[in-house]
Parts: sequence; structure tokens; C-alpha cells
Amino acid sequence: MEIIVCIKQVPDTTEIRIDPETNTLIREGVPSIINPFDENAIEEGLKLKEAHGGKVTVITMGPPQAESALRDALAMGVDDVILVSDRKFAGADTWATSYTLSKAIEKIGKFDVLLFGKQAIDGDTAQVGPGVAEWLDIPQVAYIRKIEIKGDKAKVERMMEEGYEEVECKLPALFTVLKEMNEPRYPSLKGKMMAKKKEITVWTALDINAENDKIGLDNSPTKVVRTFTPSPRGRGEILEGEPAEIATETIKRLQEMKLL
Amino acid sequence: MEIIVDAEKCTGCSICVKKCPFNVITIDNRLAIIGDGCTYCNACVEVCPFQAIKIFKDDKQHVNIEGHEGIMVFGETREKKLANVAIELISKARELADQIKTKVITVILGDKISDLAKIAISYGADKVICSEDPILKEYRCDSYANVMTNIINEEKPEIVLMGATSIGRALAARIAVRVNTGLTADCTGLDFDMERRILLQTRPAFGGNLMATIECPYRRPQMSTVRPKVMKIGKKDDKRKGEIVHFKAGIKEADIRTKILKIVNQAQGEVNLEEAEVIVSGGRGLHKPENFTLIKELASVIGAAVGASRATVDAGWIEPHHQVGQTGKTVAPKLYIACGISGAIQHLAGMQTSDIIIAINKDPDAPIFNVATYGIVGDLFEVVPALIKEIKKVKGIE
Ligand SMILES: Cc1cc2nc3c(=O)[nH]c(=O)nc-3n(C[C@H](O)[C@H](O)[C@H](O)COP(=O)(O)OP(=O)(O)OC[C@H]3O[C@@H](n4cnc5c(N)ncnc54)[C@H](O)[C@@H]3O)c2cc1C
Ligand SMILES: Nc1ncnc2c1ncn2[C@@H]1O[C@H](COP(=O)(O)O)[C@@H](O)[C@H]1O
Repeated sequence: MEIIVCIKQVPDTTEIRIDPETNTLIREGVPSIINPFDENAIEEGLKLKEAHGGKVTVITMGPPQAESALRDALAMGVDDVILVSDRKFAGADTWATSYTLSKAIEKIGKFDVLLFGKQAIDGDTAQVGPGVAEWLDIPQVAYIRKIEIKGDKAKVERMMEEGYEEVECKLPALFTVLKEMNEPRYPSLKGKMMAKKKEITVWTALDINAENDKIGLDNSPTKVVRTFTPSPRGRGEILEGEPAEIATETIKRLQEMKLL
Repeated sequence: MEIIVDAEKCTGCSICVKKCPFNVITIDNRLAIIGDGCTYCNACVEVCPFQAIKIFKDDKQHVNIEGHEGIMVFGETREKKLANVAIELISKARELADQIKTKVITVILGDKISDLAKIAISYGADKVICSEDPILKEYRCDSYANVMTNIINEEKPEIVLMGATSIGRALAARIAVRVNTGLTADCTGLDFDMERRILLQTRPAFGGNLMATIECPYRRPQMSTVRPKVMKIGKKDDKRKGEIVHFKAGIKEADIRTKILKIVNQAQGEVNLEEAEVIVSGGRGLHKPENFTLIKELASVIGAAVGASRATVDAGWIEPHHQVGQTGKTVAPKLYIACGISGAIQHLAGMQTSDIIIAINKDPDAPIFNVATYGIVGDLFEVVPALIKEIKKVKGIE
């Protein structure tokens, strides 16, 4: 089975703090990591390979430094990695990103399962996966937490607001995965050694045959016109005293605000 | 597009370095260098005290945007009812449509759903397009994307709004690619630039730590998914008149590549988190799974839904659909009571827009207190029972 996993390198948002004076994100020294959901996608790819044989290829589109995310994926045990990188791709929105990734996937050729994270924790859009499925004209099931492959079909559990659905889907197909799907493995020592030495394939816009009017910022339909930090809520009032007193005080206020 | 730093004006003060949301600016020899990954978001241009940074736009994509009219709302249904988010969006679309003098169109897909059209009209729709077919009974990406795309291509709306739900987000992303336009995810603010007649779409990124305003200037429709419970439901007017039209789905089962085998509603009988006015949430401070009964008891005496931190969900103390936060649900109730939750940035991302937040935590330095309207520093095992007792007293329950 041919499995392709798309991953994104993101800043580790657990490390992001707000500067209380300037009310801006402090990004200095914030490490870059594989988008957490994408680690689950890699793990699931490896599991599918263990169960059904085949090959796991990981792709990322990003600047040259995104190579380190690919080395982390190699250390986890994936077979091959590709860095899709070109200055022309910079500033792409989800429309242009999904086009670019779909061209890279087309260049790889044959595949059965495409795995994406539910969303990237920097942009939080959750749009790239379904976008790629559309460019490639294959079915998609978003937000899955379980997958079983039988022949040319997959049976997946898709999470919804109130519960879940069991969906049967023809392959090839694209799935976006949730955290609860699995526990990503730690890289082995051997994996890390291999990952260090491996030559990383880099594909440019020309290599993937991307049309110039569909890539990068200039051809992205959406434009970010302003960014700002939301004003912080600010610390409220601290209620003090014995539990019973605090309870009386709290409930009194809730009644005053007609919340009870 | 090009971004240029004027070496004469730049002093290397590094204000832009701190302000760059993408962390791509460095200072080299007292000069700001803009690295790869710049999205031309303008943040540095705005903060530079010396006007040393300039962006030159050379947008070539002037697609014809004439001939598009109306604001279209996807009337998402859940169990044969219009989802609240759909009603919120019809209300918002009405408000926007009045601003730019256009019509509101609602699209409803499903099996035997045309009686919902009247409800859409009563909240502000001028025209409702119903596509009724047993094949559309359940949401499936292939079928819904096909029918929605056909309707959009025929109707040519200026704007398409969909709920940022598990259905809306995946469906909208697929449709946007097919109709060749931009899509802004999970918006919390919609406004108009009246002069240019362009929709300004504001949304949180980085787990709510950064807000971005996004526009789609050169393609139509302008599409957004909008977070539930952000837009206010407008006044219902049962006498409002509107046009109802039927649209033939025209799809065959053989063309749909997925099949729904089973739908499991785990929240049956529980108050739905996203719709709840009051939420009581528990975190690792509960120490043991059994102690969630305390949270459930507090929730039941005040008629609240039960939320949870990711740490408790990961530990298997409670089912995943209770999780609040960046990787769980985003909620904005009138009252959120956090018990034994530290307030990690990812948890805050899912609840910090609640009207009133009460936090109970024994650590006075817990970050949850930074967002709490009322902070109670204390042991939840003493405070929560006291709260339950007090509520029972004022409500006269025994
Ligand atoms: C990519 C990513 C996504 C994430 N998404 C989410 C998400 O969606 N939602 C989410 O919640 N988290 C999320 N997290 C996890 C998050 O970073 C925190 O780990 C988690 O929220 C912590 O849960 P907690 O507050 O229950 O536990 P802890 O951080 O362990 O806090 C427990 C708190 O209970 C207090 N306490 C202990 N005993 C008592 C007592 N007797 N009385 C009162 N207080 C007591 C302690 O002082 C402490 O503050 C995410 C993390 C990552 C990396
Ligand atoms: N630049 C990228 N390169 C590879 N995969 C990506 C990229 N951006 C997004 N993805 C994939 O798409 C998913 C959703 O991202 P997003 O739509 O940005 O929230 C991620 O979890 C990744 O699997």
C-alpha cells in the first residue's frame, strides 16, 4: 500500500507567551515542531504499513529549514521524504498550498491513502486537506480517529459534534486525523542516525510542474490585510474566605447577573 | 509582491522583529532582513517608527467580479432541524445584506426538509433554495459538494457563509477549490469595507493569540466559515415573505464514493457543549476519574453542560466530545466554571470568549486566573460542594 502523509512545520504554540507590556506574541527562542496532528498522521501511516505492507512517504511544503521536520519524520521510521520548496511558494494561502501539494502528490504518482492532520496549530484552518482532495478529485473524510483497510475500501470513524459516524470510503482517498487516533511513537536511536545522514529530495515549482499563476502569495485568493493581538481579558477579582463564604458570595453575584 | 527595507531609514531597532507574527525578520548589521516565509501581512510596516519598510503590491489576478449578487448561507441541518449556526448566519447575512442592499439566499439540502424554508425566511432569507432527495439525507462530502457547487455556479452569489462545524469546514474547503475562490476559516468577525464593497473577515490564529483580518478581493464568491455562537440570532418574524425554489440534486448513488454505515450520538440526553449557556469543566485537579461526578453534580444543579481539559480526556477520565480547547471544542457560554484546570494556552483558546469565567484552583499563580472574572483560590473538593449546597439552598432543592 502506498501511503503519503503531508506534514507542516509550525512554531510550538505551547512555548508562545504574550508580552504583557506590548501585548504581542513572544516568538524568540520558540522551537519549531512537526504540527502535532501531523505526528498522529505519520504514526497512522506507519501502522497501516506495518499491517498491510507498502511504503510511507512524507511531504512538506515550506522554506529550506522545514527539512528538520522531515528528518524528525525519518527518525520515526518513514521510508521517504520530500521537501517541496521554492521562493515562489512563499505566502501561499490554503488554496495555493493545496494546489502545490496536489502537484507534488501527482508527481509521486500512485497512492492509496493520503493522511493529513486535522489542522495546523499556527493557522488553525483545517482547509488544506479537503482542498488537496478536491484538486486530486478523490474522496475525503475529515476528522477521523480510527481507520481499517479492507481491499479497496477503508472503514473510518469520523468525529462529529455530538458523537461519531462510521463511514466506508473507496480508495484512493484522503483523511484528516485527530489526536485521539493514536500515540505517536518516539524515534529510535537507529532511526535518528539514519535520519541524520539521509539526503533530502527537494522539489521546486518546476519539478512538480506547478502553473505559475496558481502558486505563492500573489496568486492566493485570500490576503491578510491586518494582524493584531486581541486585548487580554485581564485578571478579574479574587474571592477570598472560607469555602462556605466564597460560595455564598459567588452565588449572590450569579443571581445578580441573572445567571442562575 | 515585494517587501523592501529602506537601509537609509532602518536603524536596526528590532521592533519589527518582535512584532512579526511569522518570526521571519532578523537584524543584521543594524538592518532588518525579511526572510523566507514572509506573508506580507503588514504587521512590520505598521509598527516601524521610521517608515522604513514598504510593501509593493503587483497583484495580477484581476478576475472579473461583476455579475455576482446576494449573500448565500448554507442552511446546515442536524436531525432535520436548522442548526443554530445556520440561523445565526442567516441573521448576520440579513444585517450585511441591508448594508450593501442585496438579498439573502439560504440553501437547504436533505431529505424532506422544505418545511425548514419558512424558518429561514422568518429570520431574514429572501430566497430559499431547497434540494430534496433521499440521497442527501446525510451529509456526505461528494454529494453535498456537488449540489452546493451547482447552486453557487447558477446563483452566482457575492458571498457564501457556512458554519465552522465539522461538516461546514470540510465541505467549504472543497467547494472553494472547485469554484476557484478563497476561503477564510472559522471567522469570528464579518464586516464590510463599504467603499470597495469587500467583506472583511476576521479570525483567530495561533490558538486565539493572534487575530487576522482577511479579504478576498479578486474572486467571487467571497467565502467564509463562521464560528458557532459568535453571531447573534436576530428577531424572528413569521410574517416575512420570501421565495422558495426547488433545485434538482441530479446525482446518482454510484457517483458518491462514501457510504455512512452508522451514526452514533454520544451526547444524547446531555446538554450540548456548543449550545450550552453554562458550562462546568473539570481538569486534572480532580485527581481521579470518579471525581468527575462532582463536576456532573454541579452541572446538573445549575443546568449546565460538562466540559473537560485535554489532560483528563487523554487520561481516559471522560469521553473526547467533552474536551474544550484548541483541539477540542470552542465554546462561548454566558458562564464557564473551570475547576482544577491550570489554564494552558490551548485550553484558553477554546473558552476565553465566555462572558463570565469562574476559576477554582488551589494554585494562586495558575494562568486560568488571568482570564477569570472571579478567581477562587482554594481546594475544589471544598469549594465545589459548598457551591452545590448554596445553589440547592437558593433554588430550594433538597
Ligand atoms: C497541540 C496541543 C493541543 C492541545 N489542545 C488542548 C485542548 O484542546 N484543550 C485542553 O484543555 N488542553 C489542550 N492541550 C493541553 C494543554 O497544554 C494542557 O496540558 C492541559 O490543558 C492541562 O489540563 P489541566 O489544566 O486539566 O491539567 P494541569 O495543567 O495539570 O492542571 C491541573 C490544575 O489543577 C489544580 N489543582 C490540583 N488540585 C486541586 C484541588 N484540589 N483544588 C483546586 N485545584 C487543584 C492545579 O493547581 C493545576 O493548576 C493541548 C496541548 C497541545 C500541545
Ligand atoms: N505547507 C504544508 N506542507 C505540507 N502539508 C501541509 C502544509 N500546510 C498544511 N498541511 C497539511 O494540512 C493539514 C491542515 O492544515 P491547515 O489547513 O493549514 O490547518 C496539516 O495538518 C497538514 O497535514
